[in-house]
Amino acid sequence: MEKRTEWVYSDKVKDHFINPRNVLGDEAEYNADGKGTVGNIKCGDEMIVAIKVDKANGTIADCRWKTYGCASAIASTSILSEVVKGKTLDFAYHITAKDIAKELGGLPEHKVHCSVLGHKALRAAIDDYYKRNGMTDKVEEEKSHLICQCMNVTDIEIEHAVLEGARTYLELQERTKLGTVCGQCKDKAIELLEEYKERHFNQEDETCRSK
Amino acid sequence: MKRKVYLDHNATTPLHPEVKKAMTEAMEAFGNPSSMHSFGRQAHRLVDDARERISSFIGGRPEDIVFVGSGSEANNTVFNLLYCTAKRCEAPHTKRHQVITSQIEHPCILEAAGCLAERGIEVIYLPVDKYGKIDIAKYEGLVSEKTALVSVMMANNEIGTIQDIKTIGSIAHKHGALFHTDAIQAVGKIPVDVRGLGVDYLSLSAHKIYGPKGVGALYVSPGVPFCPFIRGGHQERGRRAGTENTTGIAGFGKAIEMRAKEMDSESNKLLSLKARLKAGIEKNIKDIEFNGHPVDSLPGTLNVSFDASEGEAILLYLDLEGIAVSTGSACASGSLDPSHVLIATGVPAEQAHGSIRISMGRDNTEEEIDYAVEKLAFVIGKIRNMSTVGRSAHGKKD
Repeated sequence: MEKRTEWVYSDKVKDHFINPRNVLGDEAEYNADGKGTVGNIKCGDEMIVAIKVDKANGTIADCRWKTYGCASAIASTSILSEVVKGKTLDFAYHITAKDIAKELGGLPEHKVHCSVLGHKALRAAIDDYYKRNGMTDKVEEEKSHLICQCMNVTDIEIEHAVLEGARTYLELQERTKLGTVCGQCKDKAIELLEEYKERHFNQEDETCRSK
Repeated sequence: MKRKVYLDHNATTPLHPEVKKAMTEAMEAFGNPSSMHSFGRQAHRLVDDARERISSFIGGRPEDIVFVGSGSEANNTVFNLLYCTAKRCEAPHTKRHQVITSQIEHPCILEAAGCLAERGIEVIYLPVDKYGKIDIAKYEGLVSEKTALVSVMMANNEIGTIQDIKTIGSIAHKHGALFHTDAIQAVGKIPVDVRGLGVDYLSLSAHKIYGPKGVGALYVSPGVPFCPFIRGGHQERGRRAGTENTTGIAGFGKAIEMRAKEMDSESNKLLSLKARLKAGIEKNIKDIEFNGHPVDSLPGTLNVSFDASEGEAILLYLDLEGIAVSTGSACASGSLDPSHVLIATGVPAEQAHGSIRISMGRDNTEEEIDYAVEKLAFVIGKIRNMSTVGRSAHGKKD
């Protein structure tokens, strides 16, 4: 089991926590090509990511951010903003929370949601760019539905969590942090969990399953 | 060497030097206090001495003090003695199936009450006003002949608010209910007199008042029902089995002895440090809000909310400056729920997420408070600079 002190004071997290890179100053002045906001301060976490795009190459020229969030939200988004610079939009779009956690040298499970915010806001920023530039066919988010308002978890993420091994509501919560704040999405989430389990892991012999 | 300023005394306190000395000496008395030989008698004497000091400090009799392993154990003992149905249970089986507590109790009370609720007992959680005070009128309307126990904490660990325990207890008694108070944050910080207050049970702990961790006590008023939480031995007159933690108990006794000597003067010092801290924060940091009662509050406790700043980030930036505080925002503990105490006082969630508790103690100095204010202003400025919550948002809040 990891200890809390270890992540807080891993050299990389500490460095980015003390000196956050690419913090977004005046938004109007920055004049972003795409901007995404996720989370809600009532839930204790909010993240804004703004990007400038090198349109000729389809790459991210610059990435800035702001957060109302804890230490790992600050550190992980600071690192994310460095990692994506110069990368293609497509690459940046598919960065996962796991990638960021790896870059940080691992995060304790209860801190994973903090780094999730950064990549979700980045994705929202890229979506915003796509929409502003008539590239809506590239937007993946539109096909998903927000299930958990507090933790910003969609049905697609629930499906991914199931594919990665979540089999119970508790396991689903551990992976996505869904339903950990107000809990209103529980019934819908369980319904989807069962649906995806059925879709991806249905056993052939129905009679063996205890319902 | 990096400067260190400890401002988290409601979490725990350092050992008083006198306590450390008493414990070191007590370690030599290794005998089992239950043994009849000289080794046992020596240890027994230490336990008895501590018992006498503690009982006289809170105004009870020595035989009313039961030593336990923690404040949480003392609280759980009370919640577990009510509905034991075993034949051997000394507590009369109550037909009253209702327990009243408050929304701002420590989690160990809330959890114990939750267990009772799952066993079919009706549990009522009393609301509090914006200062964290129990709404007495509402309480009076709820307590009845159905109520078996009322349990309300004397002083709150997060915001420091002190309740009118005497009134709350006498209302419980008027309806024939038992009354317990969790006084873990109160004993040794403010005057506590069990007889004057008229409590049936009172929980206290050593490590909040410069004593050791791992030892607490429950005051049990003469003649009230009791059922041991831990059975299997005649220690503590059959009320709490297990060989006594002689060293810890000796330390607890010494800690109480020192409180008797130092509490009044320390309390004056803490009040003046708190005034200095409040003034310093008000002067140097905008868009803040103090939580808790302005007067009826623990002398060393100050809870404050900072707009546009998240509590865990504040805590960790202060930690980098060597300053230790705690946060009601539970991000650090893994849950995202804001403090249940602040929410109960009506503080909006976003404000609760940005709150910290500063709790001062006997070693803190004016100079340390000034240092803390200076660093706090720096840290809040830094956090607000990268916050999504605009500075203009504050004006709209009310």
